[in-house]
Amino acid sequence: MVDKGWLTIRGVGRYAIEAFLRLGYATRFLGLTLAHSQVCLRRPRLVVREVYFSGVLSLVIILVSGLFVGMVLGLQGYQTLKTYGSESALGVLVALSLLRELGPVITALLFASRAGSAVTAEIGLMKATEQLRAMEMMAVDPIARVVAPRFWAGVISTPLLTAMFTAMGIYGGYLVGVVLLGVDEGSFWSQMQSSVDFREDVVNGMLKSLVFGFAISWIAVFEGYDAPPTAEGVSGATTRTVVTSALTILFLDYILTSLMFRGI
Amino acid sequence: MERSSLDVWVGLFVVGGVLALLILALKVGNAGDLLSAGPTYTLSANFENIGGLKAKAAVRSAGVVVGRVATIDYDPDTFNAVVTMKIDQRFNKFPRDTFASIYTSGLLGEQYIGLAPGGDEKLLAAGDRITKTQKAVVLEDLIGQFLTSRAGEPATK
Repeated sequence: MVDKGWLTIRGVGRYAIEAFLRLGYATRFLGLTLAHSQVCLRRPRLVVREVYFSGVLSLVIILVSGLFVGMVLGLQGYQTLKTYGSESALGVLVALSLLRELGPVITALLFASRAGSAVTAEIGLMKATEQLRAMEMMAVDPIARVVAPRFWAGVISTPLLTAMFTAMGIYGGYLVGVVLLGVDEGSFWSQMQSSVDFREDVVNGMLKSLVFGFAISWIAVFEGYDAPPTAEGVSGATTRTVVTSALTILFLDYILTSLMFRGI
Repeated sequence: MERSSLDVWVGLFVVGGVLALLILALKVGNAGDLLSAGPTYTLSANFENIGGLKAKAAVRSAGVVVGRVATIDYDPDTFNAVVTMKIDQRFNKFPRDTFASIYTSGLLGEQYIGLAPGGDEKLLAAGDRITKTQKAVVLEDLIGQFLTSRAGEPATK
């Protein structure tokens, strides 16, 4: 009995130490990545290539999701606002919820599962097949050549994708609200413009997505680099990227919202 | 190597992102106001009660937005709210005895300041204080007044 309890406590302690160890290693890895980032400025082609694979190829899923999220917002918002006779505020509802929360968060979640997992799998497989080791043998630093471009491509792509997602979502809300359900077009746009503040809503939403992009890229490259060099290890790392990214995004979103929108 | 076609796509991607951001800023948000905001001058006014007035609320005259509320402060000596407004420089011919009152747009909408020009020959200059003000109508006070006035009436059958 005593032995069993002791073992449990030991297991918890071991787990905690492991978690801190990984966090510390991840932080050191981030520092190393940032320190090796000047290669990206010297050879921007490396980043451009990764922006293509992470950003451009995520475009379709982002735009289609944005359209449907905006459309469903328009539909639901209309039903609720109609009971209070204020359908004209539909534009405000759609624009504010997309700009402040849904745009950055859903884009980040989609980006993490579409591009973050791919980056992890790619780097993990490079490690498993000893391509990273081979680069080191050729005096090419794998962090500068492989990790840093992918990291910065993620940081660059997320805000751009968020902006497109949000714009598409507002268009979707417009389609359903104005074209389909007959909300007055003038009040849809004018109320939206008078309630949406550029600094307060648009810039804060973009800042959020920048933070999310940073977090996703960090998690994705770290999990890939840290993956055990086996097929199982790479698959586990890919799963961890998606799960950790999703949790981190939602947690950070709460923190950022409470910091940014406290006055309203 | 299809590098050039890849570059084209990334270029289009970046342009699309920036364009979406511009749409968000100009069409959805009010960055257009910030950009086109011309020179302004400051007026201030003391109110007994500002109700739910907030900074950046509109200042209207004859229903047209002529400026924005810049800051709201409290004067500990007179126990009044001090509201400073930034008025568009184009509308700098308000008479000295302009009347400032706080109105509500709609029944429960947001509050704004209405400026009703008087007939004075002298004009308000930058930094002047509007002396004639009317406090905001507070819904609870209104209900209270209504109830007391009804209490005096004889009961109807």
